[in-house]
Amino acid sequence: MNRYLPELFTLPFIIGTVYFLILVITRFVRWFLGLSKIDKIRVWKGLRTRKTWQSVKDSVREGLLHRSIFKVNPRLGYMHMSLAFGWFLLIVIGHIETMWVEGSVHFPIYNSIFHRYFYTEHPSSFTGQFFATLMDFILLFVLSGVFLAFLKRFSSSVFGMQRSTKLKSGDRIALISLWFIFPLRFLAESITAGYYHNGGVVSQSVGKLLASGFDLEKFIYPSWTAYSLAIGFFLIALPNSRYMHIPAEIFYIFLRNYGVKLKRRINSYTNVQVFSCSRCGICLDACQMNVAGIRTQSVYMLKNIRNHNLTDDVLFNCLLCGRCQQTCPVGIELNDLRITQRIESTRQYNSSYDYLREGKIEKSKVIYFAGCMTHLTPGIKESMKKIFHVAGIQYWFMDEEKAPCCGRPLMQAGQFDAAEKLIHNNRQKILGSGADTLVVSCPICYKVFYEDYALPNIKVVHHSEFILDLIEKGKIEAANENKRMIYHDPCELGRGSNIYDQPREVLRRYGRLVPIAEEKENSLCCGGSLSNINIPMEKRDVIMNYALDSYKEYDPDMLVTSCPLCKKTFARGNKLEVKDIAEVVAENLSDVSRHNDKKSVHSSKAQLV
Amino acid sequence: MIDFGYKIAETRTIDYEQFDGRLLEFVLENERSFVKCLSCGGCTATCSAGNLIDFNIRKINLFLRRGSLEELSKEIDKCMLCGKCVLVCPRDINIRNVVMLIKKGIVKFNNEQISS
Amino acid sequence: MKKTILTVGGGLAGIEASKTLADMGYSVSIIEKENDLGGKVNQWHQLFPDFRESSDVQDYIKQSTGSKDIMVFPGTEIASIEKKDNGFYVKSNKAVAFDIDAILLATGFEIFAAERKEEFGYGIYDNVITSVDLEQKFRKGGQFYNAGGKVPKRIAFIHCVGSRDAKTGNHYCSKVCCITGIKQAIELAKLIPGVEIFCFYMDLRMYGLEYEELYKTAQEKYGIQFIRGRLSEASENIDNSILIKCEDTLSGRPLKMNVDLVVLLVGMEAGEGTQNAGTICNVEFGSQRFISCRDAHLRRNLTTRDGIFTAGTCTGPMSIPETLENARSAALEIHKYLSEK
Repeated sequence: MNRYLPELFTLPFIIGTVYFLILVITRFVRWFLGLSKIDKIRVWKGLRTRKTWQSVKDSVREGLLHRSIFKVNPRLGYMHMSLAFGWFLLIVIGHIETMWVEGSVHFPIYNSIFHRYFYTEHPSSFTGQFFATLMDFILLFVLSGVFLAFLKRFSSSVFGMQRSTKLKSGDRIALISLWFIFPLRFLAESITAGYYHNGGVVSQSVGKLLASGFDLEKFIYPSWTAYSLAIGFFLIALPNSRYMHIPAEIFYIFLRNYGVKLKRRINSYTNVQVFSCSRCGICLDACQMNVAGIRTQSVYMLKNIRNHNLTDDVLFNCLLCGRCQQTCPVGIELNDLRITQRIESTRQYNSSYDYLREGKIEKSKVIYFAGCMTHLTPGIKESMKKIFHVAGIQYWFMDEEKAPCCGRPLMQAGQFDAAEKLIHNNRQKILGSGADTLVVSCPICYKVFYEDYALPNIKVVHHSEFILDLIEKGKIEAANENKRMIYHDPCELGRGSNIYDQPREVLRRYGRLVPIAEEKENSLCCGGSLSNINIPMEKRDVIMNYALDSYKEYDPDMLVTSCPLCKKTFARGNKLEVKDIAEVVAENLSDVSRHNDKKSVHSSKAQLV
Repeated sequence: MIDFGYKIAETRTIDYEQFDGRLLEFVLENERSFVKCLSCGGCTATCSAGNLIDFNIRKINLFLRRGSLEELSKEIDKCMLCGKCVLVCPRDINIRNVVMLIKKGIVKFNNEQISS
Repeated sequence: MKKTILTVGGGLAGIEASKTLADMGYSVSIIEKENDLGGKVNQWHQLFPDFRESSDVQDYIKQSTGSKDIMVFPGTEIASIEKKDNGFYVKSNKAVAFDIDAILLATGFEIFAAERKEEFGYGIYDNVITSVDLEQKFRKGGQFYNAGGKVPKRIAFIHCVGSRDAKTGNHYCSKVCCITGIKQAIELAKLIPGVEIFCFYMDLRMYGLEYEELYKTAQEKYGIQFIRGRLSEASENIDNSILIKCEDTLSGRPLKMNVDLVVLLVGMEAGEGTQNAGTICNVEFGSQRFISCRDAHLRRNLTTRDGIFTAGTCTGPMSIPETLENARSAALEIHKYLSEK
């Protein structure tokens, strides 16, 4: 037979490959065309730079080796890696083997995919046997991954994970055909090796076993056909299934390295990220809403976006705490994606803030903005006032009486245009006061003042940073009571703004910080988040108690946080004494106050539970 | 007939028979905790917007209950979604979600009216 | 041989029940965790609704404990309990242990810690005090000053502090705080002629006889004003006076007011003593952490365990006359139980 004419059985593979390539490439082109103008320019410019090489390296590291998954969950990482990298090796090394056997590079690609069918001579040289056995072992490597994937579908606890993601029908076809590909290949190669003796050590042995029971010759062609069909089905199903993540992730890596940015309006970069989700399930484990029985995690949101059935119930039921984004091995910007969807969902909502007035503006170098929540935790407010007084800082308490909200809660709910009006009103006041420092007590406000307000020449600081500065400049003195404290990183200050060390630096001077397992980037969420619009209060309590109970295990003297919302949420649990960092500092200041001594004694008695 | 400009004076009586319950039903389907409201006024007292303008979240909840939709749509736009009301409510009502649902319901019913 | 009973708690209920039982011929031991008997009654000045001196009740208590059939163990708490034959063997935290036929839990209530409602500023602002603090000031007597040494011109009472509040976990109404507030408002009006007093309420629970009349008297005779609106936040002015923000729901507008003193009407909670004793005795608690009555209508003094009874506020908020009646009823239930054994 003429080896260069495609045998009929290779047709499924050929059709599948062609279909796959056409669909994926057109999808890539469409995505690229859907980028904003400036992003397209970034890509063009980036193509000829080192960023391209970096992207290739990243693709190997993440798309094939799945380093990020390994870091979080080694077993899961091995499973993904054995499938991805293993298959990659099969293709590449298989191709090299065929090149070696042919003695040239000119042969159709299906020759190497179905190598053992087309090249039936027993490998006599050492190199030939080496290749054959190597291919066998790579196939075993992949099969181990297939076995693990099969296991995970039925029992995710084997991987130390709580749950697995649910499947749609397109996904099912792809999944089942994927599971069949490698066992079928193994079967086909073993049958062929049993008849022609052209396999490696493993396929040869299995082949011999099979030959003893069956007349192998008539099974050869069907088994290779089955293998080809499996590949064909998989490749045709892939662009319509979750496995689109394989090419999408690589495309995403390139775009991200070129500097493409997520926009507020949904554009194709949003879709690139949505399709890059490998459904690994790591975000399910990271999400604290698991303990409250809520199933609206990122992976489900992304699935719903792909299937165009995202409901408000899922979309708005997320704390936006960032734990999923933190652990996502693909690096999808989950929080921003969710907010983009919220913008889309609330596009027609009306707001009108014409009632906002200019208000009085005080000239001052330092402005203090307490934030809405801080008014409900006056301990923080009064502590800051005391600290300012003792340090001799003249300041304007901007929202003491009447000030609109900073605008961030509106943004978290997707209403950016409405938030603009509040931002504008506050901005006028801040700029008008001639200040060079803006001290903020609430991390939610801090993030929007720092990132969105655009306040030139004004340093925006959270009060923990400001206090550290005061201590370092000697304007206030610390006093160490040696109490055991746990510091709770607020989501908005920690993961949201990368401020982990300054509060700890302050607290070290006032007590003993107890190191805990889930801190800094891995810190727990208190559950009070404003970003979750529709969670019932009882479920918030479950999340809050989960965090409190885990802190209680360390038996601290008190829990210290730097967010009024966290403080109020934890105080509701009534299990540990909760204080804000400003209160810890203010209680240990030297006895200078604007009232007489009775007041400072009274304040130090304050046992804020 | 000469038009003297007189109109029949309208009383402010709430005629419960004219009750339009669509928005209330829509809100209750998605935020059941709303039924527990006892109109204590804690929410209005702490409201950021209520501090700046005549915006009364307790009254809005009441309008919703009585089906007074026109007053509702004008007033609801003023909420800044800051969340202080939720933090003080003694009945643990998720008032912020009620506001979002009212906004969503207004859009929904307006669209229905336009398309019908 | 006389049957014996252990009363856990030497407050009003515990003492009244023990005295009644002693009069019936039983031998009673009272263990009380404080060093003094009498419980919370010792802290009150005048009682609602008729301004009776609380010393009358305190004297009544002192007389009751004189009997030779009542043994009192101050500074003693229950530590463990075992069922023994037909009764119980109870060990305490001191060297003494008890072999008794029945146990009466009369562990009383605790006062809600107002610091937990941080937005009201208790413990942060000097001029925010609780109704309990106010009773203490009344007992001290003399000219009435606020924390700044000033005679208050305007005083605010805040109702439902810690009660009827999902945020504190106490969903129930503490019953007696409304009438306490009105009583104290009248006392202040008597002490400080010309003072303006405002009561900020969600509802006014004037459930007892003479209570509604007292409310009317407060308005008519003492000019006390009532504003329906829940306090949301309090803040402090430069001169130490307190700025309160609430909504005047009846006129439908937010209201703010400067006052010289804020009195928080704090509710009753099931305290640590009740939690400890009840857990050790393995009785069932209700959702609000008070001890459950086996039959809420017909047998209020029975717990879910045979031989263990309750008297007084460990099962829920009660006024003084109600506590006394409940305690006597407990004695009768114990008598019934012990007679049938």
